[in-house]
Amino acid sequence: MAEEIPAQPVYGPITKEGLWNNNAVLVQMLGLCPLLAVSNTVINALGLGLATIAVLLISNASISIIRNIVRPEIRLPVFVLIIAAAVTSTELIMHAWFFELYQILGIFIPLIVTNCAIIARAEAFASKNTILPSLYDGLMMGIGFTLVLVVLGAMREFLGSGTLLAQAELMFGEGAKAMTITFFEDYKGFLLAILPPGAFMGLGFILAAKNWIDKKQREKQRQANLLAKTADSTS
Amino acid sequence: MSSNLIRNMLISAGLLGFFGALGTSMVLGIHQVTKEKIDANIKASLLKSLNTIIPADSYNNDLLQSTIQVPVDSQLGNKVATTIYQAKRDDKPVAVAFDITAPDGYSGDINILIAIRANGDISGVRVISHKETPGLGDKIEAARSDWITKFSGKSLKNPEEKQWKVKKDGGIFDQFTGATITPRAIVKAVHKALFYYQDNRKLMFLGQKEYDMLNPPTLVQQEN
Repeated sequence: MAEEIPAQPVYGPITKEGLWNNNAVLVQMLGLCPLLAVSNTVINALGLGLATIAVLLISNASISIIRNIVRPEIRLPVFVLIIAAAVTSTELIMHAWFFELYQILGIFIPLIVTNCAIIARAEAFASKNTILPSLYDGLMMGIGFTLVLVVLGAMREFLGSGTLLAQAELMFGEGAKAMTITFFEDYKGFLLAILPPGAFMGLGFILAAKNWIDKKQREKQRQANLLAKTADSTS
Repeated sequence: MSSNLIRNMLISAGLLGFFGALGTSMVLGIHQVTKEKIDANIKASLLKSLNTIIPADSYNNDLLQSTIQVPVDSQLGNKVATTIYQAKRDDKPVAVAFDITAPDGYSGDINILIAIRANGDISGVRVISHKETPGLGDKIEAARSDWITKFSGKSLKNPEEKQWKVKKDGGIFDQFTGATITPRAIVKAVHKALFYYQDNRKLMFLGQKEYDMLNPPTLVQQEN
């Protein structure tokens, strides 16, 4: 617990970890239940993603502040309590100011509390670091989660209903109606993409893509190393 | 040793209690701030959905205040008491709106809001919530298709009783490609609601006290 951060908090690696190398969904496989349930349109995905970011920021910041007061034996109940309070507050705020989006996301806002990605960040990062890096870590993990949500939402909305950003007005007000892109007028819809199996398949494709990119990069790295080695030995 | 242990336990308990109180007061505070706004949202959204089926300029009373509760009835299909919203113009009945449940949807209950004009014509029908298949059964939502608006202006006499069915069953209402059960359930529920209105039209515009006097709860239970 008392293990202090290195003198210079390293923001670069935190960014990389949150967005890619240790992405909450793609690597840690956490928070899949809300991810799969709400990713049927871009706007739903964005709504849940932003709510999750808010909760991550509040919980990481508060847990970092109290990390030296809370004893190890009671830290988990305290973390859970803080996360629950943060989620309930977020829910109330959305209910008050984003009423229609709240109605659509419904049960998945309170269910953020069960998103293991949040308590994982509390335990693994916020309880060992000062407030600023913890906030930044929460933000990056949250953005990583949201990005996957939005990509999956876009895939499913495009295939399933032939639109993107439908019902944007729920989030950005009436003026945003024009943001909706309809690709095919009179599109019959592709049911599989909207139903839960479509979410699993979509996630599978995203995972495969990430692994493929990682593999390509490793190969490039290895070849670069090899080249450097041969260059060394010849000179 | 043991006093040390007790001391540690007390500190831990105190800390837990402190954080419990802190979390609770945070939620309480935000609840206080958002309470009014949330209540207003719920009311506004209810009034908005009522106004889609009872035009706002056709009545001049406070629709959300002018309500009565009626007991469970098989023609309404609800499992709990139903709220009747009474639209009046200068104290004369204009229309009533209430929710009904179609118990036989493709996947569970379909909750429907219906408004009936004082003369027995349907003013409008909207689906409030359902679990029908996306892409097939969800054309009952006004946002997805105008199917649900076709009920407006219909009554027990228009069309006649035999035709209060989907086309597949010999009626006048369209079904959807790949989904007949959903529209069939709604047509049936709406038809039943019209019968309920026919049987209770005098009672439905009364105040709660007069209603309870004329329709004692015990009697209703015996009828059921």
